[in-house]
Amino acid sequence: MPVIVEILGNPSSKIFQKVFAYFEYVDETFSPYKAKSEVTRINDKRLKPKKASDDMKLILNLAGDTKEVTQGFFDIYQNKFMDPSGIVKGWAIQKASEIISDAGFTDFYVSAGGDIQTRGLNKNRQKWQVAIRNPFNLTQNVKVLRLSGEGVATSGTYERGHHIYNPKEELNDDIVSLTVVAKNVYEADRFATAAFAMGKDGINFIEKQKGLEGYMIDKNSMATMTRGFEKYANSK
Amino acid sequence: MKKIILVIAIVGIFGTFVAFQNKQKIKDLISGNESRETSEESSASPMMQPSSAPMVGRYKDGTYTGTVADATYGNIQVQITIQGGKITGINYLQSPDHPGHTTEVSNMALPLLKQEAITAQNSNVDIVSGATQTSQGFMVTLQSALDQAKSSS
Repeated sequence: MPVIVEILGNPSSKIFQKVFAYFEYVDETFSPYKAKSEVTRINDKRLKPKKASDDMKLILNLAGDTKEVTQGFFDIYQNKFMDPSGIVKGWAIQKASEIISDAGFTDFYVSAGGDIQTRGLNKNRQKWQVAIRNPFNLTQNVKVLRLSGEGVATSGTYERGHHIYNPKEELNDDIVSLTVVAKNVYEADRFATAAFAMGKDGINFIEKQKGLEGYMIDKNSMATMTRGFEKYANSK
Repeated sequence: MKKIILVIAIVGIFGTFVAFQNKQKIKDLISGNESRETSEESSASPMMQPSSAPMVGRYKDGTYTGTVADATYGNIQVQITIQGGKITGINYLQSPDHPGHTTEVSNMALPLLKQEAITAQNSNVDIVSGATQTSQGFMVTLQSALDQAKSSS
């Protein structure tokens, strides 16, 4: 998962090393593609969840909470295979952001796999300008958001080579991208993941939640947005 | 939850009969941009006007009815009208608050959220948030109708 970090205020290389080392740790622990990760060992029954690390147990709890609040559309279990990527990514970016702000930096962003946490302002003293990629043409951007402190996550049909499945197996695969802006990237990521699984109804789900705004693109290049979304597109 | 959604839908329907006195406002709300290249609606069958859908040349003009698909609270079936190669209208023949029989329901019974055709932006950006690859897709009712339009062109 590509990780991009920009920190203003003359950071030394030390803070970057700390952040990247943290993402290494997250990958080693939670990647379903690594033979020794806790996720793989839990799936192989070589590790019991109650004997897992504190972070693993925390993620399992957060995933359970998220499943409830999304009426089951967010579910890290599919056919008994557990993959918490849809919540770990946002959670990890959030944690990495805390490492940076704890070190005293106020203007930065952390981006991993298309999800971003912003803080403060960019080098032009403006809100961070975050583009939403055109899912049909990855060289183009179709929307520019201006964020300072918010988190943003985009769910698409493929993430790191595996599907976002629909736990309820409904015929809802006519959207290709759903972007959520929230007060932090942890919230944005878990709700983008859940809402994407709902298909076209996902944007309505986001509309109903307080504190979330969304932008959904369907397979016909039509976008639908929540009512408050444009405050991020038009603010300066 | 279902009751609340039904109430909101019913309130939405009443609301639109009032709002329908001012069709232009609704077109603005739905298309969300300056282009007014939409066909006239007949009052018997209210239509949604998506703004400049980029489909010129792919679809043959006409009216097409999609297969019935299973939505969360019932069946859904759309009928689309293509004019000049673009979708100029969408009718919900079946929607979840009218299970079991075919009804022409104003699509404004479903939540009114602003729509737009996506367009490339030229601004400089700091960061990109993105989906990766495009969808494989299941057949849903709209795609079914579009496929019929495409195959007859």
